[in-house]
Amino acid sequence: MDVRLLTLNVNGEQHTLAVPVCKTLLEVLREDLHLTGTKHGCELGECGACTVLVDGEPILSCLALPIELEGREILTIEGLMEGGRPHPLQIAFAEMGAVQCGYCTPGVVLSAKALLDRNPMPTRQEIAEALSGNLCRCTGYIQILDAVERAVAWVRERRLILEEGRS
Amino acid sequence: MRAFEYVSPTTKEQAVALLSSTWGETEILAGGTDLLALLKDDIVRPRRVVNIKEIAELRGISFSMPAGLRIGATVTLQELLDHPDIARHYPALVQAARGVTSPQIRNMGTVGGDLCQRPRCWYFRSGFGLLARDETGRSLVLEGDNRYHAILGNEGPAYFVNPSSLAPALIAYGARLRIFGPRGTREIPVERFFRIPKSEAEREYDLQPNEIVTEILVPPPSAGMVSATYEVRQREALDWPLATASVALVLEGQRVRSARVVLGHVAPIPWPSPEAERALLGKTVSEEVAQAAANAAVQRARSLGKNEYKIQLARVAVRRAIQQAVGGGARR
Repeated sequence: MDVRLLTLNVNGEQHTLAVPVCKTLLEVLREDLHLTGTKHGCELGECGACTVLVDGEPILSCLALPIELEGREILTIEGLMEGGRPHPLQIAFAEMGAVQCGYCTPGVVLSAKALLDRNPMPTRQEIAEALSGNLCRCTGYIQILDAVERAVAWVRERRLILEEGRS
Repeated sequence: MRAFEYVSPTTKEQAVALLSSTWGETEILAGGTDLLALLKDDIVRPRRVVNIKEIAELRGISFSMPAGLRIGATVTLQELLDHPDIARHYPALVQAARGVTSPQIRNMGTVGGDLCQRPRCWYFRSGFGLLARDETGRSLVLEGDNRYHAILGNEGPAYFVNPSSLAPALIAYGARLRIFGPRGTREIPVERFFRIPKSEAEREYDLQPNEIVTEILVPPPSAGMVSATYEVRQREALDWPLATASVALVLEGQRVRSARVVLGHVAPIPWPSPEAERALLGKTVSEEVAQAAANAAVQRARSLGKNEYKIQLARVAVRRAIQQAVGGGARR
């Protein structure tokens, strides 16, 4: 079996591990690094449950080989805390009831984070498009879109307060 | 997934040397969105997987007049969408790429991979082969659930639909493919790349097992050209189109001087419609003319039993693509 020693940057930490080349990123994250926040869904690229960010962009970890990701920044839901505090998206999802069974949530939140990093003031339509690769079978999406909008508003308020403090 | 050897050459010569001349022994990996699914479903069992993303000359997009557009085979669908010259000059291509729904797939999937991906036919994906026959040689498609199968070019023995999103638009623009193999580089029109396999030993495209698609070359837009792609699908996202049409018309004043109309997801190959093109030539496009062209496009369509509804969807896709093109809008 073709096994390689790989160094992966996951959530800002370097992990060196021996990986069979036929093992997907999803499997390595869950089984070798025990980062089980990334979910195992359809395995075929049709549900988005396994979404992680690579260099800030959402990809499907079930269809990615770790050997191709050395030197790239991989972010999973476990790496979303900022300074020991939950990301505004995580707080908004919890407070707005945007989580029901929770299986799609890590992927949805990461897709939303990629959008907000690129576009801090998205319209509802832009949010819906950015999340279009993440299937949710419980919420009907409304609470999810509401939660992302709430997080957008909080981040904007916080920035305004900080700017006021400086002026 | 079964174990395989992974190699990542940095030149196309190395890549070709690493590929077997026999189908099945090696597979080419670009974005992986189709290959990894085929590996997991055990539809392909290569001993070696050849990654082509480290080959520098397969990357990049360039556009200039009068040379036109060159797209490297490993350019992702998102890179294509982000390119301002493509957005300006090739709206049918942009609309087709936007139809590949899911940002994740657009970030991973490549232009070459879109052209070379295998059919989505559920019998093929379940291991019954490209022609989906049972052990007695009877077609599972004809006897089974053919709601998503071909309505054109479906005289047999192949009934799957070509899954490429970009091919109809590329054909409408008269694009060519550059292919590299053991005997060097060859170039063919995208239209001639696809073919209907007559036996299980044939592939659905003109590629040898040790050849790779390296570049896509699109002619410069002609003066007076308008173009559009229209897709009909069940769901807005995470879904495959049921019927699509890409059109490129060159207008002289209000009249159609030349026309290309190419349907997608309706036949085992992207399906150019000379009948629809003839219905447009010399005319000023009105709703009636667009409707007549749409009717002509599906004149030879036939149902396999459960897919009659696709004939009407294809008709609508052609009519709306024509109207969208002359309306000048770049919107879907």
